[in-house]
Order: sequence, then structure tokens, then C-alpha cells
Amino acid sequence: MSHWLTPEAATALALSLKVSLVAVLVSLPLGVLVAYALARGRFPGHGLLNGLVHLPLILPPVVTGYLLLLTFGRQGWVGAVLWDWFGVTLAFRWTGAALAAGVMAFPLLVRAIRLAIEAVDPKLEEAASTLGASRLAVFATVTLPLILPGIIAGVVLAFAKAMGEFGATITFVANIPGETQTLPTAIYSFLQVPGGDGAALQLVLISVAVAMLALALSEWLARRVARRIAGR
Amino acid sequence: MTLEIGLSHAFPDFRLEVDLTLPGGLTCLFGRSGSGKTSIVNAVAGLLRPDQARIVLDGVALHDLPPHRREVGYVFQDARLFPHLTVEQNLTYAARIRRQRPEGMARIVDLLGIGGLSGRRPATLSGGEKQRVAIGRALLSRPKLLLMDEPLAALDEARKAEILPYIEALRDETGLPILYVSHFLPEVARLATSIAVIEAGRVAAFGPAADLLSDLATAPLLGLRDAGAVLTAWIAAQEEDGLTRLDTLAGPIWLPHVAGEAGRAVRIRIAAQDVILSRTRPKGLSALNILPATVEALHEGQGPGVLVRLDLGGEFLLARVTRRSAQALDLQAGLAVHAVLKSVAVAQSDVGAR
Repeated sequence: MSHWLTPEAATALALSLKVSLVAVLVSLPLGVLVAYALARGRFPGHGLLNGLVHLPLILPPVVTGYLLLLTFGRQGWVGAVLWDWFGVTLAFRWTGAALAAGVMAFPLLVRAIRLAIEAVDPKLEEAASTLGASRLAVFATVTLPLILPGIIAGVVLAFAKAMGEFGATITFVANIPGETQTLPTAIYSFLQVPGGDGAALQLVLISVAVAMLALALSEWLARRVARRIAGR
Repeated sequence: MTLEIGLSHAFPDFRLEVDLTLPGGLTCLFGRSGSGKTSIVNAVAGLLRPDQARIVLDGVALHDLPPHRREVGYVFQDARLFPHLTVEQNLTYAARIRRQRPEGMARIVDLLGIGGLSGRRPATLSGGEKQRVAIGRALLSRPKLLLMDEPLAALDEARKAEILPYIEALRDETGLPILYVSHFLPEVARLATSIAVIEAGRVAAFGPAADLLSDLATAPLLGLRDAGAVLTAWIAAQEEDGLTRLDTLAGPIWLPHVAGEAGRAVRIRIAAQDVILSRTRPKGLSALNILPATVEALHEGQGPGVLVRLDLGGEFLLARVTRRSAQALDLQAGLAVHAVLKSVAVAQSDVGAR
């Protein structure tokens, strides 16, 4: 790879893959829980939770990044606790980049999973409960298998979004080569220096390929959801 | 077996108030749609949490338990098979949840005639097959009580006829108490050992099926057009012209072919409007079945009809005639008459296992 990619580009690509993978896998359990709550739950604050989840989709990414910095920076109310008690800091670290990517991708993840849960007939879950399955067992044996293609589609979309995340990332963790410089921020850096167009173009092509691949995969999986729930 | 059901629940548009103590056998909850029948079985299953509930099955209080711990099987109107599992996986679902071996699988598969379906997916089954698999799945959860909510309503006549014998076999061979919701009287007459008539969230009448079906006071609740008593008969002989001779308490009757060996007991629903009354034994009549009977009571409704309860010597038959005819014949309690019944008036679906 390195004989046609510059070392900086290769580092940025590897970091982007690591950041996106960690972001999506760590946020997945929470995503499923929130999607289930939004699809099936009737509780006070339902609308608020829905709004909160979708917030990163409508806010300017810079604002989301700044809010993350205020909250998770070393002076922030969560960041201070993390630093004082655990010696952990997220700001200007690749873990912070993963947090930013995870937050920005979360609405897409939740949305795909929620749609899949809403397509599952609650009557099937009732039937399972009369056959002796507890709520947890109903989820594991009926709901989860039926929404699995939806979860995979959500993961793919969220991964693509995380790969492309720029604004919140650069605001929260800056653009440090080898630590927080992901594909998009690397493209931005290359474009800032004379003669960097070639390297930037390489990364642009890689980005396009990753995005197209993710989209095609999610389309294929979405079709499988319909077929699976119809039971053919 | 006894099942006590005490419910009180306020729905936005009506109130459910039920107090029933059910014996074993197959109890039908009968009533028009929206009367609250399904809410009652949902409350028994735990799928509905009423404002107040007291549900006790053989001394065990169910009302505080979540649905999965009630050990109550439920067959829904729409089979609700799990689409992502094969027929076999659907059947063994309850056993796998409890990490047990599916017991009695062969017997139940045999009883329901679903042996050849095991590898199929629910989407490839016919409506009747789906419903039989759903019954098998509920039975294999080893329930102490089986709930069936209009399990035949979504099926056409041919599929209904295919499944009815299986439900009769369930009633007669497993000894499992069944609570069966229906709004279709012929089905109720064929299956029920007890009937509870539900009207606007209340129990309007409750009793053994044969009593209730031939009771002049409850017949209007069941719907006059469908009113009809149930007779017990024993197959006497299969005759050469395709008719079957059956013995009843009041004498022999002939019906279009009824399957079974001589001596097999069947129950026959005879619609009140298919029975003709005559004071003398009619001659030169095409109808084959003429049974001597005594008028036991009459019930005049609001319309031009009169419902007559006839004693056949221990069993009862209902006849619906016009008020004009009742006057012309001078019908009154104690009068000896002849009940005339066309053989072909009894539909195949009205003859069932006793």
C-alpha cells in the first residue's frame, strides 16, 4: 500500500478505519437500546430523547464539536471527572475522534434500527410471551433475529458517516497527524499546502470508494429485511 | 378443573365486568364483535392488564404473573407463527426457551396432521396449515389451559371443515381445558361443552351448551336466525343410497352421509328454522325425518315468529314457526306434535364428534 500511498495518507486511512470501527461498535448496544425505546416505549421524555438523538443531524457539526469540547474537554463537567478519577482524557486523542464520529453517526444508526424494529409485528412478541419467553428472551429469539439485517444496514451507514466526519472532529480533537488526523482532515491539510492536490485526490478517491461500497451494502441488506420479515 | 375469571376494566367506550367460574371441557365465549370476548382471553393470558383481575386456575392465582409464567397456551386468529423459523423450530420454540426436550411431539404432530411440514417456512403454508401448526406450537408449550381466539375466522369454509375435527379431537382426547372465542353459532354449537354469552362487556348467559342452545330465553341472545338445538345421535347404518341412518332418543333419522362406524356418537345441530311442525303424522311428504315430540314451552318474540321448545324424551329441539301457524295449530305446552326435518337441511358442518 505504502508504495503508492504517502505515509501520511496511509496513517490517516488506518486511523480513520480504527476510529470509525470503534465509534460504531461501541455505540451499537446503546443504539439498539435507544432504537427499541423509541420504537416501542411509551414514556415521558420520548419526544425529548428522539430530539436529542437527532440533534447531531441538524446542528452544524462545528457546534456539536464545540459542545463535545465543553463537555468532554479537561475542563468540561464530564471530562474533568474522567481526568480526575481515571486519568483519561478524550480531547485531542484518537478516542475523542471516535467519540465525535460516534455521536455524529448515532442518528443514522438509531434510525435504521428503529425502522427495523417498527417493522416487527408486536403480536409476534406477544405470541412468544405466551409460549414462556420472558421479555429478554422475546427480544433475543424473536425481535433480534428479525431486525438483524436492519442492524447491519445501520452499522454500515453509521460506519460510512463516521469515515466522513469532519467538522465535529476537527473542533473537538483538532488535526494531529498520527493521533487525530482522519481521512477528511488529512484531505483538508493536503489542500492547504502547495502541491498537495495529488495526495488529496488519492484520499478523495478512497473516500468515494468506501462511501459507495457502504451504500451498496446497506441497500442490499435493506432488501433482505423485507424478505426476512415476510419469511421467504 | 375450574377457572375463575373476575375482571373489571374500563375501556374508553365500554366497561368489562366479568365474573365466571368455568368447568373443564371446551367453553365458548360467544358474542358479537366488540363485546369484549377477546379482552377476556387476553386478560387470562396476561396480554391485557385490567384495572382489577382475579384469575385462578385450579387454586393457582395467575393474575399477578407475567404472561410467560402463566402456562396458558394461546392460539390467535392470525396464527402468528415466527416467520424466521421453520415449522419444526416454531413447534419446539417453547421447549427451547425452557431448555427442555419437546415432549409429546410425535403425538401432537400426529393429532394435527402436520408431520410433513417440519422443514417448511410459515410463508409457504396455507391458512389451514398455519393454524394447525399454531395449535401444535401452543400445545407443545405444555399449557394448563388453552385459549383460542376465533382460530377459524380467517379461513374459508373448506379450511374450517379441515380444522374442526382436530379441535374436536383436542377437546375429547387431551382433557385440556379450552377457552374458545367465537361469534359464529354453528361453530359454537359443534364444539362447546359450555357457553358463556358475552354482551357489551358482561356475561349475559352461562351454562352447559346443550341447555343453553335449547333454552327459549337465551336463544334470542344467540341470534334467532342461527338459533338451533343440538341433538345427540348414534350412527346406526350406512345405507346404499348414500344416506346414513342415525338413532336419536325420539327415533331414527336419515342424513346425507355421515362418516363413521355404527355406534359412533355424533352431535347434530338442527336450526330452529329448518324444523316444521305437524299435529298429525304427515303422509305423502318428501321429508324423511318425522320425530314424535311434545311441546314443552313457547316463546313469543317481537316479530311474527314463535320459538317452540320440543321435548324428544330427554333431549330438546327448537322450532321456529310463525305466530299465525302457532295459532292455527293451537300450539301449547303438553301438546303432542310431529317435528319434520329435511335431511338435506343439515349441513355437513353441523355434524360433529360428540
